[in-house]
Amino acid sequence: MGKFHPNVDKYVVSRVRALESILLDRGILPADAVDRIVQMYESDTGPQYGARAVAKAWTNPTFKRRLLTNSTAALSELGLEYDQLIVVENTDAVHNLVVCTLCSCYPWPVLGFPPNWYKSPAYRARAVSEPRALLKELGLEVPSEREIRVWDSSSEMRYMVLPQKPDGVDGFTEERLLPLITRDSLIGVATPLPAGGA
Amino acid sequence: MMLRPEGYVDGIHDLGGMQGFGPVIREQNEPVFHAEWEGAVFAMMRAARARKIFNSDEMRHAIERMDPAEYLASSYYERWLAALTRLLAEKGVVTEAETGARPANRARRRAPAAGESQAVVLDRYSTAQSSFRSSNAAPAFAVGQTVVTSNERKPGHTRLPRYARGKRGVIAAQRGTHVFPDASAHGLGDAPQPLYSVRFEAAELWGTGDVDTAAPVYLDLWESYLATVAGPGGDRG
Repeated sequence: MGKFHPNVDKYVVSRVRALESILLDRGILPADAVDRIVQMYESDTGPQYGARAVAKAWTNPTFKRRLLTNSTAALSELGLEYDQLIVVENTDAVHNLVVCTLCSCYPWPVLGFPPNWYKSPAYRARAVSEPRALLKELGLEVPSEREIRVWDSSSEMRYMVLPQKPDGVDGFTEERLLPLITRDSLIGVATPLPAGGA
Repeated sequence: MMLRPEGYVDGIHDLGGMQGFGPVIREQNEPVFHAEWEGAVFAMMRAARARKIFNSDEMRHAIERMDPAEYLASSYYERWLAALTRLLAEKGVVTEAETGARPANRARRRAPAAGESQAVVLDRYSTAQSSFRSSNAAPAFAVGQTVVTSNERKPGHTRLPRYARGKRGVIAAQRGTHVFPDASAHGLGDAPQPLYSVRFEAAELWGTGDVDTAAPVYLDLWESYLATVAGPGGDRG
């Protein structure tokens, strides 16, 4: 579980190749599809839209309100058309954590490819029933009095966390804030990097 | 609804709240694809989806119908491969026998033609399908209302996880009208319904004992999963 390394079983590899040549022959798979799509996603820049939205929210209260209440409009300002995102805000009273227990729903357009651990049985099983213990294992201590809201994504709506702004970044521009905003902080399993720590 | 003998609701994919899986291990500098074949599976899935050979709900249901032991032993893209192979066979596009009989030669690929790649157009199309549907019907439940989830056991695909069946929660938000996966996964059309965000307290879901009571779960649930609560705790009396 949480396997990092792919199956290199010759049987799996040969099944994939066989299926690929059949789909090519039938015209279902365009001739350049595998190379182009792989290339496109391998150059995937990760959580660039998510991080940009958070940096802007930290510096612009009007944008922040829009991001939390109408993410479609807010993302559209950043050049992204995406109507399925709900943004949930971390505060001193509430920490948010995102999971998909039934499969691996994830806001791809804002966060890029989901990491393997997000898709692992261990994360999917434990995030809903013991989030505080799980986060502690992952290095994030959430005070016992702070509510942890777990968002179990159910296929249609996808979730992103708006983390709390780190200390010592007042006056930072969006560009200076961006490198502090990690993918994991947007899922809720980490806090942003400290100022000067990026 | 067409009954699928293998399509149990309480499948191995329904993992929320299970114990014994051990720690969550995060891989450092994880690549997008760990091997070439994973990228090929990803691209084939995108092409099949873009050509509407099956929809995303049918794809999820195909993964859910995997043998439980095989499901847990498989990596993410192995599960995709299993679902893709199964759906292509069920839809009459490629039989399992064909896949097995094909010599395992390297698939022939060509350099892309000039101009915009058909592959890129297909990929964009496959991701541009929204589940929102317009509706004139008013949602039956209001924010703040207490509801109880269905405890009906039936075969087929659903987005109501086992841990939240027959549980009381409070409507936290209305999410608009969406394609109903329980229908869409079985070729029964969009059958759109209002969707709600429902908050469940940890004690309601997990009971007593070693339970973190300050850790509620929010689930997006379709209207037909929900019913009003009568009597104490209900707000419609």
